[in-house]
Amino acid sequence: MSELTTIVENTLETRFPEVVVRDERKGYEGFIIQAEKLVEVVTKLRDDFGYDYLSSVTGVDYLPEGKMEVVYHLYKSTGGSALVLKAQTPREVASVPSLVPVYPGAELQEREAWDLYGIHFEGHPDLRRILMWEGFHGHPMRKDWQEAYYEEDSKPYKSRWPDGEVWRSEDKNTFHKNVDYPAGFDPETWVPDGDASLYAGLGRVVKPGNGGGLGTEQVVVNMGPQHPSTHGVFRMVVTLDGETITALKPVMGYLHRNHEKIGERNTFLQNMPFTDRLDYLSSMSNNFGYALAVEKLMGVKPPERAEYLRVIMAEFTRISNHIWAIGFLLNDLGAYFTPMLYAVEERELILDIFEAVSGSRMMCNYFRFGGVARDLPEGVYEKIRKLVYDRLPRKIDELDLYLTNNEILRSRGEGVGILTPDQAIAYSASGPLLRASGVPYDIRRADPYSIYERFDFDVAVRYHGDIYDRYMIRLDEVRQSLRILQQAVRDMPEGPIQEGKPQYQVRVPPGEAYGRVEGPKGELGYYVISNGKPNPWRYHVRAPSFVNLTPLEIMCVGNKVADSVAILGSIDIVLGETDR
Amino acid sequence: MDGMGILRGLGVTLKRFWETYWDDIVWWLRRGRRYDSEEGINHRMSINTRGIFTIQYPEEKLPVPEEFRFIPFLLYEEGENGEKQDRCTSCGICAKVCPPQCIWIVRTNDPETGRPIPEPQEFYIDVDICMNCGFCAEYCPFDAIKMDHDYELAVYDRVHNNIYNKEKLSKPVSYYSSIRPTNYTREEQARAEAEAAKAARRAQRN
Amino acid sequence: MSEELNTPGYEIPPEMQGQVAITTLDKIYNWGRRSSLWPLMFGLACCGIEMICTAASRFDFARFGMEVMRPSPRQSDVMIVSGTVTKKMIPQIVRLYNQMPEPKYVVAMGACASGGGPFKEGYNVVSGVDKYIPVDVYIPGCPPTPQALLNGLIALQKKIDKQSIKEVRWYQKEPIEAIPIPVLGPDIMDPREYASIREYAQGKLESESSSAAVPAEEAA
Ligand code: SF4
Repeated sequence: MSELTTIVENTLETRFPEVVVRDERKGYEGFIIQAEKLVEVVTKLRDDFGYDYLSSVTGVDYLPEGKMEVVYHLYKSTGGSALVLKAQTPREVASVPSLVPVYPGAELQEREAWDLYGIHFEGHPDLRRILMWEGFHGHPMRKDWQEAYYEEDSKPYKSRWPDGEVWRSEDKNTFHKNVDYPAGFDPETWVPDGDASLYAGLGRVVKPGNGGGLGTEQVVVNMGPQHPSTHGVFRMVVTLDGETITALKPVMGYLHRNHEKIGERNTFLQNMPFTDRLDYLSSMSNNFGYALAVEKLMGVKPPERAEYLRVIMAEFTRISNHIWAIGFLLNDLGAYFTPMLYAVEERELILDIFEAVSGSRMMCNYFRFGGVARDLPEGVYEKIRKLVYDRLPRKIDELDLYLTNNEILRSRGEGVGILTPDQAIAYSASGPLLRASGVPYDIRRADPYSIYERFDFDVAVRYHGDIYDRYMIRLDEVRQSLRILQQAVRDMPEGPIQEGKPQYQVRVPPGEAYGRVEGPKGELGYYVISNGKPNPWRYHVRAPSFVNLTPLEIMCVGNKVADSVAILGSIDIVLGETDR
Repeated sequence: MDGMGILRGLGVTLKRFWETYWDDIVWWLRRGRRYDSEEGINHRMSINTRGIFTIQYPEEKLPVPEEFRFIPFLLYEEGENGEKQDRCTSCGICAKVCPPQCIWIVRTNDPETGRPIPEPQEFYIDVDICMNCGFCAEYCPFDAIKMDHDYELAVYDRVHNNIYNKEKLSKPVSYYSSIRPTNYTREEQARAEAEAAKAARRAQRN
Repeated sequence: MSEELNTPGYEIPPEMQGQVAITTLDKIYNWGRRSSLWPLMFGLACCGIEMICTAASRFDFARFGMEVMRPSPRQSDVMIVSGTVTKKMIPQIVRLYNQMPEPKYVVAMGACASGGGPFKEGYNVVSGVDKYIPVDVYIPGCPPTPQALLNGLIALQKKIDKQSIKEVRWYQKEPIEAIPIPVLGPDIMDPREYASIREYAQGKLESESSSAAVPAEEAA
């Protein structure tokens, strides 16, 4: 912890006596704040202490103690480590004040906590369910909520061994499906919400004609969840006045796979392959963040060579993700398929390396606590070297030549979908989205992890905050990643790749940890609470694709409907991570 | 000037288009076979590839690297007269470490004593749940379960086909050594060393 | 229509009647359909990315006559369900399926679409898309590599090759019923199951009230 944070922390307690108390639980950090005073304290923190960036908001269910906790991670947009705040509330009538008035970036995250935990956020402008649908029974992440296929609280399940007998879960269910209904429910009388509550929030206006002008009516257009340009099963509901967007609501959850609920049942190691499936375009980065979080708890450090391998794989992931994003952004702009095909070709070559090293093209599952799964097989090092020194720089230049000065890209991109630096910070944008708006915040520099301090690279930053700059920043970042890769490949030492013996039952001491990495899409954070058991008590993913959608509406309003597709493309979301 | 960017971009596509023919001509001049030959596939997979990038599956197949993992399989040693000796001792580690819990093991009990025998009676993997993560192979202390390279598994009916039983899962060690030669050699070496160490210890004790 | 095809209008030996013409016609007909299967452009999850890779330059399923991925269900022949099917998404998938014109095929790509996959136990996950719509080919793997997908598509083509005009469902007399679209209730509900859902929920209520009543009586 830096000196400055310590000063802030000391003054916090003295400035708000009895409102702010230090979190004294073993392995925990930060402060517990009286829920009623929460808004007051964070406003002070933002205005006087410079904690202007709210990274993550999440609920935790402390079932045995009968209370809920909301955990906030605050940062300064100039860099430094986290300030962790917590607000506690009883389980039965869980309610805390909403932070949306102070940090608009809390909007979607608070809705998620409401949906999954049933924590009411007072003063939230639009508190609806977000991942599940309106009308779903119960709040599924609560510890006492059980799903239809519930077997046991933690894995491994006893039924699998030693007197196993194979069965499919659906065969044990009354309906032969993954369903369960509350007692006394009558389907005939059920009125589905449809999207009534959603449409009600859109505020359509009908303008009557006056004099010579024609009367106009705003229309609501649904885009998605099956739409070629929404990058998966994402849905946008837009209100249009003519072709101009007047309001936009993102609707998600169509790929909500209950990552966190399953994650709390898994053992620590078992979560590793599940993290691959978050942002399935960049599984190595996902592994990285999770490994960091758990290693923080365990207090282990991987050996040198493993660190280098990790950085190499993470940077390769960034490159493959960014060229893919560029390809698909161009798809959205109408350059149908050609740029994407060029990008996919380079990506395939990177995937070949992943496949040779980890065994799978996409689901790498390569990181272990305190190391990596295996060393480079024969011949791969040579291939990596040639790729980072020769082919990729050449191909990136070609992509640059191919697209950057293209007049259509410029005129569709410049000045469209603007996000100002202040907005970007307030709305908790991260990654390329934040940096394209002129905020040079990159976790690899702002709060360094692993061995990134050793490398010589620049934080890419662009200042217009429009689609074109978001395209440009990806090219810049690929070039910086290549710089890092070249240094890492050059300096990689020989040696072991795993600290200690590989183990499947790791001992994780009780406590909490927040591990974050600069993923290709932005800040990817894992909030893990251990209570000393083999499986985590709480496992939360702060997903960049999800949080980056918060400013989608302000970027789109005022633009044409066709631009909303391109703006979404320039944010670069992956639904596996948005919905988890 | 307006339009130059587009023209330059089109130049790149034109170059790419030209390369597809140029590379064919180069190969033809060198009397090499760019298609339907191992050499050709390796060229298309290499860092220097240009021109046509497509692998013409199913006539040609993209070779998978040694570490490639798909569905797990069980290893058995072949005895001299063709009897099969499972390597699996039904210790259950794979079933415990499996993240989506898709492995079921039935232990064999000795009919007389009722004690477990180190050989599974049945072994099931539900491939509709398996996530190909490779943990079972990684943490099996007996090298008895490994990840297969065979990915051509499409079926018309999953209910009867997609829970693999022991019979369907078992493959000989010779198959394993053919798909993963380096791993196989390394493991055999480690095993031999462990045996030798054990023998030495025993000799010391006596 | 099928009546006409069975009686070709010229003399063929009685033992061969209705066979010669039909089989050759079948061949042409199947060949035509098999070589122009247009997939619905529709990726659900991780497997969708592998599907895009299959469409891209290295694997290129245009070689099998599938080059045009159609974003509209009305123009497509095969739906590749590529990824985890969630309860929130299944109404849309069923709707898309209903909108596809016959002949239509469904490929379940990956463990998730076939049987729930690694996320099967989750509260929002459907245990395989075949619980709601009929599936022709299942491809195991998580994710199936592009070549595994191609293998599955070839298996689908083989299946088409075996079909006969006489038997295919879209030339039968009875109209093909659309699949009722599931409703989002407290949990996903199939409209055909309303009666049993009510029964189940009532039963649950009774067992709950009786189990709640027992300790109370004991206490008294
Ligand atoms: S089968 Fe595996 S790769 Fe495919 S969607 Fe499911 S989790 Fe993703």
